[in-house]
Amino acid sequence: MADPMRIRAQVAGDKATVRVLMAHEMETGQRKDAAGKTIPAWHIQDVTAQHNGKTVMTAQWGPAVSKNPFLQFNVKGAKVGDKITVSWVDNKGEKRSDEATVS
Amino acid sequence: MKHLLIAAALLVSFAAGAQQKSAADGIAEYRKMLEDGNPAELFEAKGEGLWKQKRGPKNASLELCDLGQGPGKVKGAFVALPRYFADTNKVQDLESRLVTCMELLQGLNGAEIANTPFGRGEQNNVTALATWVAAESRGLKFNLPQGHAEEKRSYELGKRVFYYRAGTHDFSCASCHGEDGKRIRMQDLPNLTKNPGDGIGFAAWPAYRVSNGQMWSMQLRLNDCYRQMRFPYPGFGSEPTIAVSTYMGVNAKGAASIAPAIKR
Repeated sequence: MADPMRIRAQVAGDKATVRVLMAHEMETGQRKDAAGKTIPAWHIQDVTAQHNGKTVMTAQWGPAVSKNPFLQFNVKGAKVGDKITVSWVDNKGEKRSDEATVS
Repeated sequence: MKHLLIAAALLVSFAAGAQQKSAADGIAEYRKMLEDGNPAELFEAKGEGLWKQKRGPKNASLELCDLGQGPGKVKGAFVALPRYFADTNKVQDLESRLVTCMELLQGLNGAEIANTPFGRGEQNNVTALATWVAAESRGLKFNLPQGHAEEKRSYELGKRVFYYRAGTHDFSCASCHGEDGKRIRMQDLPNLTKNPGDGIGFAAWPAYRVSNGQMWSMQLRLNDCYRQMRFPYPGFGSEPTIAVSTYMGVNAKGAASIAPAIKR
């Protein structure tokens, strides 16, 4: 099981700013280990953000995204107490979903 | 025409102004932009979990670990380490103390952890724990105890280690960190013979390094300094490494901790 994400969601005017930190190796598939063998690609592929259960953003990620990625986006109309859920699926099919309450 | 010339002159002066921004300013700006999403937070969360989790042969948590402020007291511990511990009869830094706790409370093999390379197995857990413990003292000012004879000895030993020149390059810590205004390539180096200021030098580690995506503790920071100086690697938690930390920590008295920081 992957380590949890850190999600912060704060209201700023008529929208909420969501900041997400994800714990992931994000291996590109281009690097070699100490023995000279290629380290297989292992990165997040799909990211989904939901606001009270309704999908508000999807993203497709590749090997160019950094290790332990940071993602920030705004959700229009989000209010204090709303739920923001962020989920990802990596190229090995591993999943992680975490929820935060807008403050 | 005259107006155009003035406008052109203004443009030139603006351009010159923009170029005057030094490399150090650029790095500072970059760091500022990254601060908001410092992945050290992930290690903090992991460390907090590990602190409370029952683990090891004794199936115990670390919640009774004494980091110098009494069993289980974490806040303020980081800014008063290294310090003398009566139970081990040694001056210990944060990481060596954590390993002691993992051994005493959880029954893990301390010597084995110390011999594990950074970034592997239990060493990862030590780094995460150190990150969390340091984060609990964010904003507090360094004030290492120097009351015990061993603490004073550690400081004096650390000073000697700091100025000890050796290796193929005839370097010492002081070669780079002994005076103001030194740098390696674009990176400004703190003068560690005095208080270098809030959140600089000893007050910035553990830190997340963006360039390699690794969380670095002070022990690893020192280890890599010795690599850069072409010294043999010092042992994890060895007396000289703790002594150097004591030296830097005492010198940094009054500096506010920003650890865990984010580094280029």
